[in-house]
Amino acid sequence: MTTATHDSHPNESRPSDGAPLLTVRDLSVYFPITRGLLFDRVVGHVKAVDGVDLTIARGSTYGLVGESGCGKSTLGRAILQLVPPTSGSVRFDGVELTTLGAQPLRAMRRRMQMIFQDPMSSLDPRQNIESILTEGLSAHGIGASRAERRDIIARTLDAVGLPQWALSRYPHEFSGGQRQRIGIARALVLGPELIVADEPVSALDVSIQAQVLNLLDELQATLGLTYLVIAHDLAAVRHIADVVGVMYLGTLVEEAASDDLYAQPLHPYTRALMSAVPVPDPEVEDRRERILLAGDLPSPANPPAGCRFHTRCPWVQPTRCRDERPQLVEHRPGHRVACHFVEDIASGRLQPRQREVELVRPVADTADVAVGPDVLV
Amino acid sequence: MSLSTSDSATWVGATSAGARGANRGSRSGAPLLEVTDLSVTFTPREAPAVAAVDGVSFTVDEGEVVGLVGESGCGKSVTSLAIMGLLPRRGVQVGGRAVFAGQDLLTLGDAALRDIRGREIAMIFQDPLSSLNPVVPIGVQVAEVLVRHRKLDRAQARRESAELLERVGIPDPQRRLREYPHQLSGGMRQRALIAMAVACQPRLLIADEPTTALDVTIQAQTLDLLKDLVRSSGTALIMITHDLGVVAGMCDTVNVLYAGRVVETAERVPLFANPYHPYTVGLLGSIPRLDRARGDRLTPIPGSVRDQLPWPEGCAFAPRCDRRTDACIGRPPQLTRVVVPPRTHRCVNPVVPAPATLEEVS
Repeated sequence: MTTATHDSHPNESRPSDGAPLLTVRDLSVYFPITRGLLFDRVVGHVKAVDGVDLTIARGSTYGLVGESGCGKSTLGRAILQLVPPTSGSVRFDGVELTTLGAQPLRAMRRRMQMIFQDPMSSLDPRQNIESILTEGLSAHGIGASRAERRDIIARTLDAVGLPQWALSRYPHEFSGGQRQRIGIARALVLGPELIVADEPVSALDVSIQAQVLNLLDELQATLGLTYLVIAHDLAAVRHIADVVGVMYLGTLVEEAASDDLYAQPLHPYTRALMSAVPVPDPEVEDRRERILLAGDLPSPANPPAGCRFHTRCPWVQPTRCRDERPQLVEHRPGHRVACHFVEDIASGRLQPRQREVELVRPVADTADVAVGPDVLV
Repeated sequence: MSLSTSDSATWVGATSAGARGANRGSRSGAPLLEVTDLSVTFTPREAPAVAAVDGVSFTVDEGEVVGLVGESGCGKSVTSLAIMGLLPRRGVQVGGRAVFAGQDLLTLGDAALRDIRGREIAMIFQDPLSSLNPVVPIGVQVAEVLVRHRKLDRAQARRESAELLERVGIPDPQRRLREYPHQLSGGMRQRALIAMAVACQPRLLIADEPTTALDVTIQAQTLDLLKDLVRSSGTALIMITHDLGVVAGMCDTVNVLYAGRVVETAERVPLFANPYHPYTVGLLGSIPRLDRARGDRLTPIPGSVRDQLPWPEGCAFAPRCDRRTDACIGRPPQLTRVVVPPRTHRCVNPVVPAPATLEEVS
């Protein structure tokens, strides 16, 4: 991998003074479930993101983990305003994004970019790499002349470890890891401050994953980037993130500094998640206790009342869990947990029990198929 | 796990388990499956032939869990398809032997293979949605196996299907039997697939990335279920995966594949404790681990699987290897057997210096 020189990159290193670059307050994204033959009648909402608070300090990496369907990708998109949030606020460097008009928002997008999961489907197969990288520059009017743009692109290619001859090639000519580098280069050419990376390595082979994770690390060190990394792979997130937030059914259930979270996961869901991650070491695997969760993620269209995790929680209590929704409260310095019985579980006073699968018939079963008027055509 | 009742008394048809050894005539001593020098070459028209699997040999003993590990394109799935006889006839050349309980699967006729597939050897695929028929209810698909191989009538098959679904931890099996694959969650579908695979109590189960499409908590449930089933019924399992974490938790013996050849074979504990082949070392070094201190940089393997040498010209891994010597290029490295502790590897410059007791085996 080439270590590039970044001295004259458009994005100068910014001091990471710990001031928040991004502040999200009570953000919700509801998707309507519609039904009806002629007119769409809204019969309910899928609460993909339901009241999330988070703060990302400049120059740091925030990792968002959770299982599929927990709303982590929607949250990432809602932060960039790619999905309109239903309610709540997103402040980026002091600017409220949710109420920003289309034109100023477009200008802001230069400062916040996204890296997608599947590098093949997020790159236009009919554009060569130069065209892919130039598109953003010309859309934002960066670089006065063609030569200047070429210069920016050349430096970015160096930074992500791609050869210059890549410019005239097309996406299909590259391997998965190289394509992901192109995706990263496309985000970087604009000189962004925040990069939202949605599952940046999960489509890649193991040996390539490490290359891309290291690259993201290097770029952050040299360019002072701020990352929001969304992934289901707990080990990868812990490796790259400073602060990790764990999502379950649209809400954050636990948030802590990455090392704290691993050393002492407090929320029952985090504990189960941690214990489920396979470790490539037979001795560890043989020794460790698995907390097996019963059943699947409930439907976000019909989330359980009270604590959303109570249907699968091995520590569930007869009181409070089923009717009172726990708030995300700071239990240790910098360690926020949404659970009524955190202290009792941490002290071992409450012991986990084996649970039978509860039969929660998802209401969304029928709502999965939204019949719109277009069906009639 | 509370879902699957793991005591073997509830094993569907547990009574027949004892009789099985007798009527199928298992030979003690010989491995259940012995794959020798298996090669699969794809010969597309108007394109050069590609050797996807190139002289792979491994054995599976009765009740053993064997792992085939490698990255995409290393030939691990093609190996399993070749053993099962599921590769297309045209444009594919299969060589070598795969002897299962005394019969070479590669030379068997279609009818004989159909009798073995599903009954003696069953397979679980990666993506449960695309391996289930979307327009047929789950119950019919599970019962089909029982009717075909165990000659049950429909009522018996239906009853036994319900028991099977319950056994793999699907709640309310009677209702689920009437449902279609899209109505089940991903974990549930994989359980249904596992139920179909174990319906006839096969002697060998081949699981091709059985948990890759699943979430971590569901993956843990599924692996736990597989472990349970294998242990309680004495079924042998070939676990095909790219996830070394899964291997570490499940397999007795591990075969690491690279570019269509086995580059290292060892038992699970010694393999992870001191891997010999630089590729195995590289794989282990590139995985972020939950139980390691954060901030250690990962040591990725440079390049990608595309940067490989054709085996006849030397070691395929040489272009990416940091222990490359002149001896690596020019002639393919031979499989070397280390007697104590038992392991084989295909490297001229292994990470652990080779002791004196060596013999070349191929």
